[in-house]
Amino acid sequence: MSVLIFVDQTENHIKKASYEVLTYGAQVAKQMGTTAEALVLGTVNDDLASLGKYGITKVHQVANESLNHVDSQLYAKVIAEAVTASGANVLIFSHNQTGKAVAARVAARLKAGIVTGACALPDTSNGFVVRKTVFSGKAYANVSINSPVKIISLNPNSYQTVAGQGTAEVSALNVPLDASKVKVTAVNKVSGEVPLTEADVVVSGGRGLKGPENWGVLLDLAKELHAATACSRPVGDAHWRPHHEHVGQTGVQVAPNLYIALGISGAIQHLAGVNRSKVIVVINKDPEAPFFKAADYGIVGDLFEVVPKLTEEIRKMKASA
Amino acid sequence: MKILVCISKTPDTTSKIAFTDGNKKFDEAGVQWIINPYDEWYSLVRAIELKEKDASVTIHLVTVGGADCDPIIRKALALGGDEAIRVNADSTDSYFIAAQIADVAKKGGYDLIFTGKEAIDYNGSSIGGMVAELVDAPYISLATLFELNGTTATITREIEGGEEVAEVSLPVVVSCQKGVAEQRIPNMRGIMAARTKPLQVVEPVAADNLTSVVNFELPPAKAGVKLVDADNVAELVRLLHEEAKVI
Repeated sequence: MSVLIFVDQTENHIKKASYEVLTYGAQVAKQMGTTAEALVLGTVNDDLASLGKYGITKVHQVANESLNHVDSQLYAKVIAEAVTASGANVLIFSHNQTGKAVAARVAARLKAGIVTGACALPDTSNGFVVRKTVFSGKAYANVSINSPVKIISLNPNSYQTVAGQGTAEVSALNVPLDASKVKVTAVNKVSGEVPLTEADVVVSGGRGLKGPENWGVLLDLAKELHAATACSRPVGDAHWRPHHEHVGQTGVQVAPNLYIALGISGAIQHLAGVNRSKVIVVINKDPEAPFFKAADYGIVGDLFEVVPKLTEEIRKMKASA
Repeated sequence: MKILVCISKTPDTTSKIAFTDGNKKFDEAGVQWIINPYDEWYSLVRAIELKEKDASVTIHLVTVGGADCDPIIRKALALGGDEAIRVNADSTDSYFIAAQIADVAKKGGYDLIFTGKEAIDYNGSSIGGMVAELVDAPYISLATLFELNGTTATITREIEGGEEVAEVSLPVVVSCQKGVAEQRIPNMRGIMAARTKPLQVVEPVAADNLTSVVNFELPPAKAGVKLVDADNVAELVRLLHEEAKVI
């Protein structure tokens, strides 16, 4: 019996979301009186023994370069083997792009019940009940997993990473690999920008900015806050901004610590993409904008006047800190 | 070329979310039901586009649910599906649902299986991956572009901070999101034709429910917005720094 945590990597480095699931998984193990182990696929340049800081006792690594790209079919096979080899009865993923590609596949392979989009530690007092967000963040469901092996995939940014002391044992795991049926021909990363789903701060713009030529005020603020930039659906549809920035029910769902909405009215479909944010700030000239009802802080005013001042005040605050 | 499109019935995106029966059931009172937008706008419409290019393509729709799903299926047929299969079962467990779809998929011998990236009610994002595993096919999740050249698909999918382009031989399971296609409105001819298109109801195959919903909860109401005067932006910065501690 143990808890096995899948550690996601990109370009030979462990992703931020992985540290959250490591911390979370170690806590699950503690709660169940067992050990937390990690699984790393592919080659990574990070020091794996240092994952002990997050409460991990053992790191299993399948250090095969063909696993540096995520092929869900290969991954599912390898991860299922690792679950069996390590005797894990709880397997944890981040509900990020990789988790969405792989976790459910592993579940079907192992016939293990899965809860995706988990947002809290499981309740193990009577069975195994996991809380997850449903209806695009408008509600929670408490879901019981009734199979011997249980899989959780945790919403990014929903558990605080905590690092302490410790060193993990690193052990190579040999799993025979099939040839991949998926041939990756290109990887296009948006360089120099903070990935939207991993960002601590998101600055988002709506129709209130009146046109793509006015995005400078938003970009200045985002730069000052090291924030990712996002937009509402009408902005994406009008091609003012690339559509991968569209946040909402049918776009990207984000859960940053701080979401700043500029000139966005806050339609229910937009809120569905941002309601897991910890703090929401709304700047809008319309006091009746529905977004104010979902906000923690707000300014009713002309964003073209308010936002440059805000950027300046943040700069001042940082300079004095 | 046979395409299977997975269809799920979901509440309209503007529905009020409430629960009944001691918070054990979704309150359906006054709810408008729609085809899950990811299933309709992206995967179904892309399948229709492929059929418009190549008349030899047939599109089958599959859903798992009760007779209350039939209006949704008819709408999907009106948009352009050729035939539909409804597996007559109610379940909230993704493994049970995937097992039903996989059974339909195996019997039908499809080249391409499309799902939406998630259903907007349970937000599971699980069915595509599970079906792929159960039929032992490659699975490309979160697709934003899908092109077909003979029996090879070129698919762009979302990865963290960008996108990845991959080639894969059919059969393949693909979960679709924004970018793959654009929403369409069914026309009158489609609506008339849908009335007579085959909708086959089959009984479920045996499969375990590996999870069950204990209850639902609504998030606590927000304390209410703290408004700061537009002339006092420094105060907002102070609140975000000292009170909310987010900057």
